[in-house]
Order: sequence, then C-alpha cells, then structure tokens
Amino acid sequence: MASAIGVIFANLHEEHVPELVRRRTMASIPFGGRYRVIDFILSNMVNSGITTVGLMTSNNYRSLIDHLGSGKDWDLARKDGGIILLPPFSEKHDKMYTTRLEALSSITGFLNRRKEKYVVLTDSDGVAKLDIFDIISYHEKKNADVTMVTHYGEVEKRSDFMLVNADENGRVTEMKLAPHVKPGTKEHVSINVMVINRQFLLNLVEDSVTHGFTSFESDILIKQLDSLKIYRYDFKGYYAGIDSLKAYYKHNMELLEKNIRDELFGDRDIYTKVRDSAPSKYGETAMVVNSLISDGCVIEGVVENSILFRGVKVGKGAIVKNSIVMQDNIIGANTSLDCVITDKNVVISDKKTLGGCSMLPYYIPKGTRL
Amino acid sequence: MQRKKECVAMLLAGGQGSRLYALTTNIAKPAVAFGAKYRIIDFPLSNCVNSGIDTVGVLTQYQPLILNEYIGNGQPWDLDRTYGGVHILSPYQAKTRSSWYEGTANAIYQNLNFMKMYNPEYVLILSGDHIYKMDYAAMLKAHKETGADCTIAAIDVPLSEASRFGILNTNPDGSIYQFEEKPKQPKSTLASMGIYIFKAEKLFAYLEADDLNPNSSKDFGKDVLPAMLNAGEKMYSYRFDGYWKDVGTIASLWEANMDLLGEDPEFDVGDKTWKIHSRNPLAPPEHIGKQGVVKNSMIALGCEINGLVENSILGSNVCIEEGAIVKDSVVLANSVIHAGATVSYSIIDENVTVGERAVVGVEKNPDAEIVVLGRGISVANDVKVLNGQNHENDIKA
Repeated sequence: MASAIGVIFANLHEEHVPELVRRRTMASIPFGGRYRVIDFILSNMVNSGITTVGLMTSNNYRSLIDHLGSGKDWDLARKDGGIILLPPFSEKHDKMYTTRLEALSSITGFLNRRKEKYVVLTDSDGVAKLDIFDIISYHEKKNADVTMVTHYGEVEKRSDFMLVNADENGRVTEMKLAPHVKPGTKEHVSINVMVINRQFLLNLVEDSVTHGFTSFESDILIKQLDSLKIYRYDFKGYYAGIDSLKAYYKHNMELLEKNIRDELFGDRDIYTKVRDSAPSKYGETAMVVNSLISDGCVIEGVVENSILFRGVKVGKGAIVKNSIVMQDNIIGANTSLDCVITDKNVVISDKKTLGGCSMLPYYIPKGTRL
Repeated sequence: MQRKKECVAMLLAGGQGSRLYALTTNIAKPAVAFGAKYRIIDFPLSNCVNSGIDTVGVLTQYQPLILNEYIGNGQPWDLDRTYGGVHILSPYQAKTRSSWYEGTANAIYQNLNFMKMYNPEYVLILSGDHIYKMDYAAMLKAHKETGADCTIAAIDVPLSEASRFGILNTNPDGSIYQFEEKPKQPKSTLASMGIYIFKAEKLFAYLEADDLNPNSSKDFGKDVLPAMLNAGEKMYSYRFDGYWKDVGTIASLWEANMDLLGEDPEFDVGDKTWKIHSRNPLAPPEHIGKQGVVKNSMIALGCEINGLVENSILGSNVCIEEGAIVKDSVVLANSVIHAGATVSYSIIDENVTVGERAVVGVEKNPDAEIVVLGRGISVANDVKVLNGQNHENDIKA
C-alpha cells in the first residue's frame, strides 16, 4: 500500500500515569509480558503496509531509542523511510513545543519531504489491534479531510478525553474536549488515532502558525467542524486505554482471557525487540495457574493470575498472585505478592509480603531493592 | 584496500542425519529443532560470534530449504556484516566439472575460492550436529602458541564409546602421533570433536593434493588428517572439558534436550555470559491455563497449556488441551495435543496434531523406546501409537 506514513506521539498523556513514565515515555511503557505499547502501534502500521514512521519524542526518550534500535525487529530498517526519530528541534529563540500542534509545526520538513498521500497520527496511550488499511480505505471512501478513530465504551473519570458524535453517515457533528459526563455512561471516545491528508495537514499547520493557534483539537478541528470533512471511524474491537495505573493493571490482567489474547495476537504478528532470552524454565516446585509467562523466566514458586515479563525469577515457596512483574525481577524465596506491579529490575529478597488491591495496585518503582 | 580476516569458519551442514529418521525427512540435520526454541546450528553459529569470528561459510547440500530460510541474512547472530558475515555455500556448476559435495574435505575444497576471498591465516572447520558452548578464540590461541599446522579439538569419551569416534593418540605435550578413525581397539579415549583449526595455506595445499588423489574418499578424518600426519606436519590436540553432545540419534537428541532441565542443568542455555542466539519466533508469552500444570519443563513462547506437562520441552505455539498429559517428551513448534491425549517418552516434530484420547508412546522405563512423529502428521482420535514407532505419515483410526 504505502500510501500513508505514520506519525507517533511518544510522550502525550504522561500525566495520567506518572509512576510508569518516571523514566520512560508513554510509548515505552511495558505491556503484555514481552511488549511495550509502541510495539502494538508499530505492528499495526507495518501489518497495514506502512513503512515510514516518524516518532515524535520530547523527553525521557532514551528507553524508547534503546528499544527501537535500527527498527529492524519491526522490519522498519529501510533505505527509504523506516523509523525516523523526531526529537525536539528548536532554534535559539524558540521554546520547546508543548502541544500536538506545536509539535507538528516542528516536523513540516519531514512531512514535506514524503510523497505519501496520507498521514496516520497516533498517540501512545492505548493498545489495540487496528486495521489501519481499513481505516484509510474508509477515509478514502468518505473523501474525508480527517478521519478520527473512536471506541464506544464506558467513560471513566478523567479530564482530557474527546467525545465525538457523528451523524448516520459517520460525519462528525460534535466534538467535545473534556466534557462533563457521568462516569459509567457509554460514549464514542477518540482513541487519539486519526488519518489526515498529508498536504491538508501541512496547510493546516501553516495556517495555525499564522493565526497563533496552539491546540490542534480546540483551535482547528472543533472550530472548523462545519467546513472540514471530519469523519468518525468506529473501532469495534478490544481497546486498552492506559489512562491510569488502575486501567494499566486492569488491561494487562484482561490478557489472561483467551478471547482478548486471540484478538490481540491472533492472526497477525506483534513485533517487538528481540532479546535472545532462553525459553522459560519451570522447576519441580513450580505451580503456575492462569498466567502469562515470557521468555527467560525461571519459576520455582507459585504464580497465579499474573503476568511475568522477560527474565523474571520466582524463588521456591514464593507466591505471586494477581500481579504484574516486569523484566528481570527477582522474587525471593517464600516472598508473597498480591496485586503488585513491580517495574523493571526490582529485587525483592526472601520472606517479604507485599500487597495492594485491584482498585489500587501497589506499585514498586524501577530498580527497587527490597 | 587489501582486507583480510584472521580466521574464517567453515561449517559443514550438508549432512542428512539419517539416524534421526522422520525428523530429517524434509530438513537437514543442523536445522533440527532443539531446546524449545533453538535449532542445532544456533550453537556453532553462536560459538563463532561469541568467539569473535564473524565470517562463516555454511556448506549445505541435503534438504537445504528450511536451513537456508532459517539462516537468512544472518542478522539474528549478528552475522549480516558488510565484509564477512554468514554465507550459504551450496554445490555449484563449474566449467570443468559439476558435482555434489562428495565428502567433508571435498566440500571445503570446492569452496577454496570463498576462503581465499578473505585471505585468512587460519581456517576453522566445524560441523553442524553438536550441542556445546566452546570458545574457539581460546582454541585459536593454543593453535598459535604451539605453532601447529592443524589443531584438533578433542574430548575424553568413555572407553566403551571410543570406537564410534576418530581417536587421537597424543604425546604428553598434546602433539598427535597417531590418528585412528573409529578404531575397533582404541588406544586412548581422546575423541576428535570434528572441530579443526588449520593454517590456511597448509589446508589449501592438502585439499588440492587430496582432490588429485583418486584413492581418497575425500574425508577429513579418513584422508586429509592422516595424510598430514604421515607427511610430518605439526598436529596438536586441544582438550575440551565442557558439555558436548552429538545429537545424531533419536536417543541422544532426546537426552540432550533433557539435559537442559533441572535446577542445575547439565547444559545451561540461559547462560548470560555465552548467549545462544537464534531466530526468534514471533509469539506472545505462553499462557498456562486454569487447568494447566507444568513441572520440570522448558516452554517456549506462544504455548497454551491446559493439561499436564512434566519433564518435557515444548517448542513455540504448542497447544496442550484440557486433560492431555505430556511426560518425558519433546514437542516441537505449532503442534497440538488434543484433550485427553497422552504423550509419553516421544519426540513430536513441528505441526503435528495428536487426536483426542490418543495414546502416543509408553511411560518411560528401561525397556521403553522413543516414539517419533514426523513433521505435519496427524494422529486420529483414540489411536494408540506403540513403543518405539517412527511415523512419517498420518495415523488413521
């Protein structure tokens, strides 16, 4: 296909999960045992034939660069295109960009150089298996200027989501940023993925600089709802929005359900960085029930309803329940965890007991030694 | 600019491995799966890379498709180098003759030009049918120190097995005075591992001479090495004390797989100081279900386990349904063991389906023999596959 390029915003929405992004970007948040959020986004793009992806990063992006390397593992080490890192670029008297629009205006050079007709703009605050090819086909069929992807579901209490209402043809009639909605009501909410014509995007960005606009959503899309052809694409599959630590925990746990796993991992590959870990080993005393185990783990204790990332060691007599244990953790003998999220490289010595609850999982920061 | 590589490795990967029966019907022995996610060739290739050797010729002949696909451009082993890297060397047509590789020495001889491109000082000859971790750089260092024309890696084997190997009879300083290929009455227990380092110009000269010798069987062990020794070339043994297993038979392949298990395994593939690189399956983490039980086993990514798995090795994306039992077995990638089936003491190749309530193999006991089910076959529901059987075709009810 290659009629589109991708642009990923790696840092937006970080205020929702301050714990997880202390030393990384939204895009590099570990998810689902051996992945990071960006793996799902890149895989969606690559599986839909996109071979050029610009990656907008503003801070904390070292872990992301380390994860991506040359882009080879996503088949994005390309002569023409591939992964193009777009870290902040500012002239002497410019200030760092803070909004999506300012960010876009800093990459007009990149957008200008490409020849593809469309740009797929996506944030890194959710995991889904999106058929981007299908979204672009829809965008073309509607002859739209902008197509916004939404997911219909219960609205949880948070401040900055975008509610998108449309008529029976899918034409957007109303967009509300941060509306007051009773928690639990079902609405069409933007999942921060949109398709936009590249040349049109360039014009918009140029215009907004002239007018001093700062917000892509409020100053451009909402203001010009009548004159622009904005369409809504209803994504009907599984969507894991990461807008709180609780949601992060919940969506990881949902992967223990077979139908959700089948949808996310089923017929198309999800690519990730290859680490050459050995296959996981289960000892004589291992007891693993309803859990996802990544490669390189060595398990000698009990693991139940949990997700183990790569290279985790669970000692004898240890009990790990309802927990998310990230890469290279060591859980000591006879230690028990319940509803705990341990970030990377955490070492918990023997005979400790730690717990939270599913509404408020106990988070242990990266590199903690207990 | 005149460029050169100090040492070029040549990996003999053309063997059929006929003693692996159904497992090598469609693939060359070095491509046979091992240790849940690896293939045998990962071990010599990883050894090369970990030893700083970045130029490897892989000589293929028998059923090369899967092997070639697997090696690809060599990237998983960091062997996609601008100068050097991994190269598949298959038999080719030439102006004066066109022939298959007729023996180990002939295979290397036919690729003299490949080696000469790199103008090497040393050539390392490897074979693709052993599981081991070995620092070839240390062997090369010893080779330089003794000033040998040829150094042969050797390992102590039990006297009872010595007649299966090429046996080296050595002086106290390690120099070889006699070389016996599979002797009936072995004089020592020092067996050649089929790993040789040659001074390149010596190797080239002896290969050229061997090619002209009409009586030669064109084999390193039978022809080239004895010829060098008879001519008085300096030949040394290099002692290796680590784990080394020839996986040329069903029984030894099974054993080597089992050697990976346990708290303190005989052979550790998770050793971070000597990483075994491989082409990795694209698969999500394995899921152990609510009815799943996994004991003393190694499980690759993508498995879905709802039955009992004990003392076994499962390749990627294997599915073990409810009530199925897998014991003392090796089940390779993408195979499905349906509900209620029992698999004991077996090696089950890739993409095999075992039907519901089918029974494959018998509980491991001293008289039991390993059952082998070849690639892609299916076993019907309720069928019993007896002790020691070897199947290449579907087993119907």
